[in-house]
Order: sequence, then structure tokens, then C-alpha cells
Amino acid sequence: MKSRVHKICEVISCNEIAENTFLLKFICPDIAQIAKPGQFLNILVSNYGTGPLLRRPFSISNVDNDKIELIFSVVGSGTKILSQKRTGNEIDVIGPLGNHFSIDDSFEAAFIVAGGVGIAPFPFLTSKLKEKNKTIKTFAGFRNAKSIYIKGLVNVLLSTDDGSQGFKGKVTELFVEELKDGKKAKAKIFACGPVAMLKEVGRVAKDFGILCEVSLENYMACGLGVCQGCPVELSNGNAKYALVCKDGPVFDINNIILH
Amino acid sequence: MPLRIRTSFKIRNVEFRNRVFVASGTFGYGDELSDIVNLSNIGGIFTKSITMRPRAGNIPPRIAETSHGVLNSIGLANIGLSAFINNKLPVLRKIDTKIIVNIAGNCIEEYCEILTKLEDEEGISGYEINVSCPNVKEGGVNFGMEQEMLFKLTSELRKLTEKPLIIKLTPNVTYISKFARAVEMAGADAISVANSYIGMAVDIKTRKPKVSTVTGGFSGPAIKPLALAKVYEVANAVKIPIFGIGGISCTDDAIEFLIVGASAVQIGTMNFVNPNISEEIARGIEEYAEKNNILDISELIGSIKADIRNSVLRNWI
Repeated sequence: MKSRVHKICEVISCNEIAENTFLLKFICPDIAQIAKPGQFLNILVSNYGTGPLLRRPFSISNVDNDKIELIFSVVGSGTKILSQKRTGNEIDVIGPLGNHFSIDDSFEAAFIVAGGVGIAPFPFLTSKLKEKNKTIKTFAGFRNAKSIYIKGLVNVLLSTDDGSQGFKGKVTELFVEELKDGKKAKAKIFACGPVAMLKEVGRVAKDFGILCEVSLENYMACGLGVCQGCPVELSNGNAKYALVCKDGPVFDINNIILH
Repeated sequence: MPLRIRTSFKIRNVEFRNRVFVASGTFGYGDELSDIVNLSNIGGIFTKSITMRPRAGNIPPRIAETSHGVLNSIGLANIGLSAFINNKLPVLRKIDTKIIVNIAGNCIEEYCEILTKLEDEEGISGYEINVSCPNVKEGGVNFGMEQEMLFKLTSELRKLTEKPLIIKLTPNVTYISKFARAVEMAGADAISVANSYIGMAVDIKTRKPKVSTVTGGFSGPAIKPLALAKVYEVANAVKIPIFGIGGISCTDDAIEFLIVGASAVQIGTMNFVNPNISEEIARGIEEYAEKNNILDISELIGSIKADIRNSVLRNWI
């Protein structure tokens, strides 16, 4: 079986599920069969000439039989076009790409930490963690009550920047409070969100001695490891950089330096 | 039954299947995309630039998209000559297409040393020389921006190989035809016209440049008319074949390059958008030929119906 495919896929639906947050579903049995949590897709949102030139990378949010789900925010012209897709439209997809979260090691408890649309890869991860009978606790931070979307996540503790729902403040503060009191032996952290949040999660993981994998995003030209356009600095080893598209997007926080 | 259209062409003793190639730096070392692209349908692969030692490349950000184009500042990130020979070439030898190794160096001796080492290896159909690199021994001027230096570099490399020697010129000069003539006189077999244009983009929120080196190499459909003019200029100045490069996004674009005088084309940035674009263009050129009763693609090359007797170009060459 191929490890990745290039397909034209039919959109099933695309809906705004929270403020400026969209859920797009499309059919692709080839990708659905092989995708793993943490992998991403490189999507041509429109044919060249009618939108941006390059593909845009998106985490796989969930897989439901032969259907793939993506969660994304509109941040520019590419995501704007994607958000306007309707039932029956086609999208040009390459994937699944990159590595994936490691869930086969011996941890028992998973702490998922997400900032905003950083929740994107976690419904899929959650379903796979459940299959492996891991206990899961999710910490999700949003701008405000309107931007919250937590479907597919379990045991969720919420924070908002303005306090309109859940804890008022940063999701990392909420997470630290939990770690101070709760059980953290045989735990592993999975995080995705803004760089500042990931750096803070990394610091906390180090303080408490907990394994931590983060999913990164980056500007990419090819998404396939050929253009060398998406480096992340490594903290050790012989190489100075790894590529987010090919060596990532998931990295052990101890192996990288975030700027 | 339709007549079989001749798509192949030769440089020295190497016969290429057709006239569509993938450009250096846009297809990795050549093996990475073999699972999603049928490489036996294209003329060949120009590898990413290989340097003597591995290079980590520039600090990020390295990529910025602008209208119809991409600005890059990769910094020749590559695994280095030894790893290329030991890890990549054995895989490339098994791929059913021609491999042309792109070489970058920081002095004439280094280019020569790399080419000499590659001469011992099987499976290489030719060399493309990236001259958009600073000559560190001669004050850091790019080889491609100084005619005498370019002539000397090409002459030295010519002595070392019987394989096709292709010089990839930079378009960031006033009269590219002068540089084309220099490399033709020095014995090059072909010229690639051209490398990326120097470009720049700024984030107006942070007022920072969008790539770490402030300026970068600009490529993609936005540069196509600029590159086409360079190919036309070079085609009127030299007799050796030209690989036309610059923003080719479809069959029609490729045919324009052939009409102005390119013997073949290289597809660059569009490989990122559609990894299958080169095969599609190769097929598209055949379809165009069939519709227009062209039996050999060579009939198209330089077939532009322009009267250059009175053109400004005359003064350039």
C-alpha cells in the first residue's frame, strides 16, 4: 500500500462550527485507510490562477470510515477559499504526509494541550488513544466562548482569554495547576498551538519530567521534503535543522528549539 | 493511426526522451517523489545543488508566497557530495530517467573537485553548473555576474568531462547574452536560462523581510515573461541548446519557450503545486504537435515569427 497519494476528492460539507473556525469533510478512502494522528494533508485550495499558488498544509482532524475531517481557521486567502467549499466541490489533496504522534509507548495518561485551532489534530488522536485504553485529559484554550469547539475531545478543561467561559487566562496556566495537584506518573503530553504556548508547555514538561510531543506548523512550499523550505532548529545531534513537513510535523519538544 | 511524433533530442551523445525536465531544487535529489510521479515520462531530473560539504541552509523563514510567485532563501541546504554519492546515486540509478547533477562551489577548484569525483560514478547523464554562488577567493562576486570568471570556470570544467556540461545562468545581469556567449566560447554544451530573480517581500505588520536573508530568489508564474525575454535574447546570441526555465505552469507556457528558442524546458516552482505537472506538459506538447502537424518537436524551436533586423536586440549582440 502506498504511504501517500495525490487525489482529487469530493467535499461532503464545510460548515462554520465556531467563530472563524470551519469543519470541512471530504471523501478519500485511500487516505482514510492509512492516515495516522498527527499527519497532515497538503491541499490545493483552487486551480492555479484562481487563488494562491502554493498548496496549504492542514492537520487531519479526524477519520470516519472513508471520510476525512479538517478543522481550520480563516487566516488568509487560501483558507478563505477553502472555507467557501460546498457539497460536491472538489479539492486536490496530497497526503497523508509527515510523521505522527507516538502512542505505542508505555505511557498510561495522555495530557492534550491545545491553543485555539491547535485542537485540529486532537479528535483523531483522542479516538486512537481511546482504542489503546489510555486515560485522557484535555486542556483547550480559546479566545472567547464563541470560538470554542471541542467535539471529539474528552475530559476537557477550558480556558478563554476573556474569561467568557472556563478559566480566565492561558491554557498553560490551567495545565500547570492540574499538574501541581494531579497524578503525572507515566504521563505524556501532546500539544499543538501558537509557538509561545508550545514553548511554555515545553518548559512545564521539563519541570515536571513528562514526555512531550508537539505538532508544529510552518510555511511550506512543497510539503514533500524536497524544497527545504520549512526548517525547525534541532537542539542536538549532527544536523542543525529538521524539516517540519518530512521529519515532523510532530517532534519531541526536547529535540527542537522554538523561536 | 497517428504518426509517431519525435520528441527526443540529443546533447553530445546523450539522448533525452523528451524536452521537459524538472528544475534543480524543486525535485529534491530525484528519488523522493518517485511514488507519486511517473519519472519515465519526462526528459530528466536536475538534482538539487550538490556542494562539497553538507550545508544546513539559511535560518528560517525561507519561503514566502507573493502574487503568482514564491520567494525563497534556502541557502543551498543539501547533504553534501559524499552522502549524495553513497546514499542517493545508488537509488537514482534505478530510476528510469536521465539524472543531471547540479553542482555549486565557492571557488573554481571546488567546482572542479566535485565534478572530478562525480566522473567516477555511474548513472550521471550530465552536469548543470549553478553559477549563482559567490566566489569566496575573489571577493565574493557571483561567478555568474562576471564574464571572465564565468569563462574561466566553464573552461576548467570542460577539460574534466566528456558528458554534457550545462551552465545555469543568472538573470540578474544587464545583458545575459554576453554571459551566454562567454560560456559557449568556453565549451559549454548547453545553457540553462535562467536561475531565480532577486526579489523581496516585507511583512507590513512587523516591518520585517519575509525571508531571513532580506532578499531571496523569486520564481513562479510571475517571472515567466521576464524569463522568456532572457531566453529569446540568449537564443539570438548562441548556437548551443538552451534549457528555458522560469514560471512555466502549463503546456502553452512551455511551447512559448520552445518557440522563442529553447531546445527544452525545466519546470520549477509548479512542481510544488502539482508534482505531476512535468509529465502533463510533456504529453501536452505532443498533443500540440499532433494538432499542428509537427512531426519533430525540433521544428518548433526558435520558430518565432519576429523580424529582429530592426530590433533593439541587434545592438546587444
